[in-house]
Amino acid sequence: MTQRQQILYLWANGSALDSGTVGWAFHDGTDGAGVPLPDAKPPYATGVAALRDGWMLLQSSQLSAPFPGNEHLNDYLEYEFVFERRVDAATGKERS
Amino acid sequence: MAEFVANGFIRFEAIVPSDVNKRGIEEMRRLELERFAPEGLKPPHTGTPLDECYPAPSVIGEYLRLPQIRGIIESFVGPNPTFDHDFTHHIQPHATYTQPLHVDAVTDSPDTTFDVQLFWYPHDVAPGEGGTRFVPGSHLRRVRSSGLDRYQHIAGEKQFAGPAGTVVVFHHGLWHAGQPNPGDADRWMHKVRLNPAVPQVRLWNTDDFAELQNPPSDHVFARMLPDSVAQILRTMHPWMSITDYRNEQIQRAKLWRYLTGDDAYDVDHYLTRLEGRAALVGS
Repeated sequence: MTQRQQILYLWANGSALDSGTVGWAFHDGTDGAGVPLPDAKPPYATGVAALRDGWMLLQSSQLSAPFPGNEHLNDYLEYEFVFERRVDAATGKERS
Repeated sequence: MAEFVANGFIRFEAIVPSDVNKRGIEEMRRLELERFAPEGLKPPHTGTPLDECYPAPSVIGEYLRLPQIRGIIESFVGPNPTFDHDFTHHIQPHATYTQPLHVDAVTDSPDTTFDVQLFWYPHDVAPGEGGTRFVPGSHLRRVRSSGLDRYQHIAGEKQFAGPAGTVVVFHHGLWHAGQPNPGDADRWMHKVRLNPAVPQVRLWNTDDFAELQNPPSDHVFARMLPDSVAQILRTMHPWMSITDYRNEQIQRAKLWRYLTGDDAYDVDHYLTRLEGRAALVGS
């Protein structure tokens, strides 16, 4: 069975997987043959909601102490969660 | 000005007259065609004082010399700032390219000085038809431009839509991107970046300054003035974590200190608390 990956990034407003989603990105290795994201914006209110829709957590961001002198500087969105779904390339259905 | 500090942009609705907008599109078209051609209309050299840019006859010069536009420019970067560069952003009808979110130029120095970029939209822009995407409140974060490519969607982001002649002033650090244009009309926009040539201290109309400037004791968990600069600097954007938000308040307070020359200014005691303790151990 040939598989393709769908990748979902969620950025949250806290370090927990049930923190609220504040950003998202979707990359579709099935080129549209697989299941699309829900239409809602954001597609999932939390990372836990994504788990309940069949997404598998690949990675969450490390928690790191700020460098001395940089304690009050912001940069990128801090709490990043990366999910995948593996899809059967022939049927477009999630791999069971 | 406090809204600019909190949000990173400020918008002036239909501030450019209709005839300047109409003629402006034609000059933008010429500048697009001739900018890199051997002959024809050229932009000013980088580093030129604004007063010497686009001498008459020039519609872009006419726009930049409108009293209301010069008033805006002077309020942020002084009476005769330095021309950095400009560009005509032209998105053709049905263009599908989505530019990634980015900041212009490079990661900036840590001081509070800033450039402004004026985005002039000379025709109506309908919602979703190619208006610039931007993220309110992102301007004081320290990022590398290409690191923002990853963010396809951020809660609270905006896409410009508005009537002809609208000018939006961006802090140079605001995250932004060009968007697809599913409409049937060309989308034109002129962007100019200006560097301050004088300290950016109280350059705007400050008639209401004494009334709105809060004391450094103004604290959300103690006592607050009901209508003050601090209330505006407490703006929390939907994409921020609570830590982001409090750090942003510190950065905004530092920027407000620079803009006002009030070195004791604070919002919610964050800077005053740290400075008071640091003074105990000396330097």
